[in-house]
Amino acid sequence: MSSRASASVAAGLGPTGIQRLTSTIDRWLLPVYAGLAVTYLMVPIAIMILFSFNDPIGKFNYRWNVFSLDAWADPLARPGLAEALGNSLLVAFIATTVATTLGTLIALALTRYRFRARSATNLFIFIPMATPEIVLGASLLTLFVASASQEPFKSIIPQGLFYPLGLNTILIAHIMFNISYVVVTVQARIRGFDRHLEEAAMDLGATEWVTFWRVTFPLIFPGILAAALLAFSLSIDDFIITNFASGTTNTFPVWIWGTIRNNLPPQVNVIGTIIFGTAVGLVVLATLWSRRDAPRPVAATPAARAERTS
Amino acid sequence: MAGFVHRHRWLIPYALMAPGLLWLIVFFVVPNVQMFIFSVSEGTLQTGFTGPPEAWYPQNYPNAVAKFEENFVNSLVYGGLATTLCFLIGYPLAYTIAFRGGRYRNLLLFLVIAPFFTSFLIRTISWKIILGNDGPFLSVVRDVLGVVPANFTVIGTPLAVVAGLTYEFLPFMVLPLYVSLEKVDRQLVEAAQDLYAGPWRPGGTIAGAICGGALGVALVVGLGYSGLVGSGVAISTLAAAGMVGAGMGGAVGTWLISQSFLRVTLPLTIPGVFAGSLLTFIPAIGDYVNVALLGSPKTQMIGNVIQGRFLNQNDYPTASTLSFILMAAILVAIAAYARVLGTEDLGASAA
Repeated sequence: MSSRASASVAAGLGPTGIQRLTSTIDRWLLPVYAGLAVTYLMVPIAIMILFSFNDPIGKFNYRWNVFSLDAWADPLARPGLAEALGNSLLVAFIATTVATTLGTLIALALTRYRFRARSATNLFIFIPMATPEIVLGASLLTLFVASASQEPFKSIIPQGLFYPLGLNTILIAHIMFNISYVVVTVQARIRGFDRHLEEAAMDLGATEWVTFWRVTFPLIFPGILAAALLAFSLSIDDFIITNFASGTTNTFPVWIWGTIRNNLPPQVNVIGTIIFGTAVGLVVLATLWSRRDAPRPVAATPAARAERTS
Repeated sequence: MAGFVHRHRWLIPYALMAPGLLWLIVFFVVPNVQMFIFSVSEGTLQTGFTGPPEAWYPQNYPNAVAKFEENFVNSLVYGGLATTLCFLIGYPLAYTIAFRGGRYRNLLLFLVIAPFFTSFLIRTISWKIILGNDGPFLSVVRDVLGVVPANFTVIGTPLAVVAGLTYEFLPFMVLPLYVSLEKVDRQLVEAAQDLYAGPWRPGGTIAGAICGGALGVALVVGLGYSGLVGSGVAISTLAAAGMVGAGMGGAVGTWLISQSFLRVTLPLTIPGVFAGSLLTFIPAIGDYVNVALLGSPKTQMIGNVIQGRFLNQNDYPTASTLSFILMAAILVAIAAYARVLGTEDLGASAA
């Protein structure tokens, strides 16, 4: 953080050994530190992938034994695993669709209109994100239980809607915690957006409805897509809240939690690796796709380079 | 129809927000109200509950705090240490990405969020493998370097829990810090340097040494090193930890803290520091997965108690009381943040 200053000092005094050492440390200390920090973030992921190729001794996949493709050959070969994974995907799809719709509407309202409750709404949207997941899950559980036993919920809420717990309650929980994340992601995208484009469309005779679908929506669509990807990955990964809302229904993380007391098959790592690979692939695709429309510097295109050299 | 919309334009934002906000009210606000009602009730799921409006049991609160004091302390200490470590790892990382990232910036940011693409449980299981008795960490530290005795274990100790928490929440620290660092106007930093805000050599060394030494001692005391080795914390151990910490802190302070950083960059990124600390500390104190997989009954945090009381013992009043204390503490923290730094950036730095 002081590279510039000390480099200029060193230059002024002439490059003696100590000063050269000083400026070398200045130049490399931060990048090396950042590299180590990023490595630290990657190590558990590498371990997860590595141990998907393990053939463990005994029931727990905690110790490296021997390389094997057995788990990859049959990733669903555990009772209940396929069903749990199916539930995870189903919940993630529905929760992402609903939360992205509801959240985008809120984000549009918050960024494009000035109204009195705006700042209070911003705060209200932030609170669920800052609340520990355990409180979100636990409080939902109290509502679900109360709907079966406590007044006034017992008479208001139809019996069987929230209790017994199951896919319905997992969905409710996932939509709830995803809405805030969608709002802030879409909001960040709309903020940097040029309102003049809409005004131009209206000046050219487009109605508000047409302007929205032909101008506004295409412009904010990358933001909505990013929000949906985030919601999907949060949903498919969630354990803490789901554990409170799931009852006897399993999602993939809840299934792991249940199995870990008795055994931990490498199939867990295989499916974790597949989910990781899919998510990374989707993000890379989304990045490439959004770059497609971005203006490229002229010199960077192969055609331009060929033109200059010829 | 068009006339109606035109006359009531002010209604449009409310209409757009209605479905989403309604969902949040029914499934976030109402559940918290119900949880509060349970927290001043008595009974279990089997026997039924007696509570407001007929009878109030506010004594649940002092009783719960007294009974689970140790777990609250564990949560605060582990959460606080994890947040401090996240800051120490995260700030230089975020700084490097924002100021020196160049064309690798997006790749680095992607790597920071990459852990979110794997299941949180599987990542914690990976830590259990890494820190386990046959794992790579101990095989280096114990077998190759020989720094620790042969019967030394990490799994089951507070050290493992703090390591897991630090890992888990590091991205929550880095992202808000990055957002605030990226907004810093480079010209201000250059102007400060032109005005002779150069290296802060003696000051940086001393400040770094004091912070590093304090952190070293805190780690040893806070982590209950005595519990690992079986004897009390020796003064020599504390002194050694303090010296090591001071040495490392001093070195870092010497190289990394310049006056332009101290007087320009750091003050401008304070909102990011607060947001990152909130987003790290709050989920960390409520976590129960790290303790369940990496800790032991001795290291139970408040989240483990809440989870056990709700899901295994059906003791809803106690569990609700504990959750509500957590919720109230967080509301106070957010209110303080909003009061000091405003609401506009809250979401932006979280995203």
